[in-house]
Amino acid sequence: MEFGEIVSVLLQGAIVTIEIVAMALPLAVMMAFSFGLIRLYAPAPFKQIAIFYIEFFRGTSALIQLYWIYFVLPFFGITIDAMTAAVMALGLNIGSYGTEVVRGAIQAVPKGQYEASIALNFTASQRLWRIIMPQALVNMIPPFGNLAIELVKATSLVSLITIGDLTFKAKSLADTTLQVGEIFGVVLLFYFVIAQCLVFFIRRLETHLSKGLGRGGIHS
Amino acid sequence: MNGFQWDWAFTWEVLPMILSAAKVTLLATLLGSIFAIFMGLVFALLRRSNSRVLRTSVYWIVEFIRSTPLLVQIFFLYYVMPEFGISLSPLATGVFALGLHYGAYLSEVFRSGIDGIEKGQWEAARALNLSLIDTYKDIVLPQAIRPMIPATGNYIIAMFKETPQLSAITLLEMLQIAKIIGSENFRYLEPFTLVGILYLVFSVAAAYGIHQVERRFPKEGFSLK
Repeated sequence: MEFGEIVSVLLQGAIVTIEIVAMALPLAVMMAFSFGLIRLYAPAPFKQIAIFYIEFFRGTSALIQLYWIYFVLPFFGITIDAMTAAVMALGLNIGSYGTEVVRGAIQAVPKGQYEASIALNFTASQRLWRIIMPQALVNMIPPFGNLAIELVKATSLVSLITIGDLTFKAKSLADTTLQVGEIFGVVLLFYFVIAQCLVFFIRRLETHLSKGLGRGGIHS
Repeated sequence: MNGFQWDWAFTWEVLPMILSAAKVTLLATLLGSIFAIFMGLVFALLRRSNSRVLRTSVYWIVEFIRSTPLLVQIFFLYYVMPEFGISLSPLATGVFALGLHYGAYLSEVFRSGIDGIEKGQWEAARALNLSLIDTYKDIVLPQAIRPMIPATGNYIIAMFKETPQLSAITLLEMLQIAKIIGSENFRYLEPFTLVGILYLVFSVAAAYGIHQVERRFPKEGFSLK
């Protein structure tokens, strides 16, 4: 098979990979914020649920979660297509790591900021959204960036539930053409490029968010 | 579909099979972490080398390994290495892939651990005319190891949780066995849930173990003799 043909087939796979990232990332961020905040501020029963979610998804493998959602849920009458299962499993998995990022970043805001906002008679929600969160967000960006790269890498697992992503295309091309060296080499390069693009955007976002906070945002 | 109900009889039937596969998982993790620690040290020391070319190339190698999926690396090693005349068993390939992947992560831990040693310690070692090897062996590493333990431990747990990916190259570890049992009996609920619980139990136990190791370690360092 021509090298150009290989690359064009792999590009189709790369688009599927990027689609999955684009859907799972918002889910992960949503889970991270909601459960991170519940973990910090909610009353007891909700807090326990959040801890259970976090420990469960961080304590088992992403692949097992994916298989569980894809193979076991149908037995409970919930049949979902492979794509939904993939987005759910990856979003929930990365989201559970994200909760700790949110929690850590909020707790890292200096205590004086809380005290000052109480002294200035801000309400609880103003305190969180106007004072604490803008500062915490900047701290969250680098670890969230790492998680985004973890997500890109984890998408390769969806090839094992028959989704035609980059890894899946590579595996089936390799099985038919036996040109394994070129194929897997190109695939590794594709993933590397996707990850580096993410790193670039995250750096930009970090610079953008740290404007006006009176501190050095970007360390290069 | 009668899969709604948890079947205890089936659970007890499959548990021994899954537990015996757990040995393969643990073996892969153990060998993988030994290899990863070794590779991590090699990468970390190379990044401190005097040659700029060597430092930059090791930086990009580590960056490349860290930002590409383990699964593809496993495939790469498993299918491409035989083209160069190196055929390894699934377990050996898995250990190699895990070690390389997590070695790249660990190199950052080791590097920051070594960088965390005060400059005065290096200067004192130089002033006392210690050789480079003695400086590392007797001065730097004894102080650097304790702060490295939590991060290293976390990566080893992370590696343990990635071992199911080795099923993709036909290694008969826990998840693969569960999948085979599931497809033979058309019941995935019990085997997959059991595997999930076992992973949870092992990783919680390991996290506790690492905490204990860190606590027992002398804060002021120890002699490597």
